[in-house]
Amino acid sequence: MLLYLKVFIVGGLLCVLGEILILKTKLTPARILVLYVTAGVVLSALGLYTPLVRFAAAGATVPLTGFGHLLAQGAISAVQETGLLGAFTGGVTAAAGGIAAAVFFGFLAAICFKPKPKDY
Amino acid sequence: MAEKNLKYEAKQVLERYANLVARLTPKSKLGQGCLRAFWVGGCICVLGQALADMGTAWLQLTASAASGFASVTLVFLTALLTGIGIFDRIARYAGAGTVVPITGFANAMTSPAMEFKPEGWVLGTGARLFTIAGPVLVYGISASVIVGILYYFIRWQ
Repeated sequence: MLLYLKVFIVGGLLCVLGEILILKTKLTPARILVLYVTAGVVLSALGLYTPLVRFAAAGATVPLTGFGHLLAQGAISAVQETGLLGAFTGGVTAAAGGIAAAVFFGFLAAICFKPKPKDY
Repeated sequence: MAEKNLKYEAKQVLERYANLVARLTPKSKLGQGCLRAFWVGGCICVLGQALADMGTAWLQLTASAASGFASVTLVFLTALLTGIGIFDRIARYAGAGTVVPITGFANAMTSPAMEFKPEGWVLGTGARLFTIAGPVLVYGISASVIVGILYYFIRWQ
């Protein structure tokens, strides 16, 4: 149960940081996504993100920084196994599930549903 | 009698003043936005953790596979909720609470893919799927390739 509390707090705080960035710096959500993924890659490469994942599990992996972490750790472990080629194969391989799911389900939703008129 | 009128007037003035204050005070958008982002974002992560734990317990997945299972399921739920129009309502309430988790990535792909369907299956849906996901992948993948190349030469971990 304690783990779930940690997940809630860390995940929530990462979102609060995003909210502050959106409201204070007028960053668009698209830029927030790019910023979070890139920040995740950098923090993970510096060895700062793995401890956070160990501490808060999904609280650190579900936010987009976790996606960056996956990319960076994938590239690093692939380099350990196959050398320089791993720098190109590792990241996408590790993140393949999320990417393919988003492409496929996004496409499927576009086939199945009609776009709604924006009511705001 | 005059005194009573004066009291009545004073009360009215106070009331008007209170109304004016209520109208002109900027509502703490930041505080409200942060609170909403916090609890919705936190709940999405808790849902992710619950899915990962279910994957471990019922499907005997390894830790990393369970985490992948949670991501794929969250992406699926987001695409579904975006399709039936519920996700937009949650997103308008929660702000960054739905943008920052992987749900934001999934919604950013699904939403334009649906919206630009009238422009055709290839250059409408197919291309617009990547309106926002494209930049995310460009910067994310490029950064990871740089990390990989640096790691090949320096091996700091």
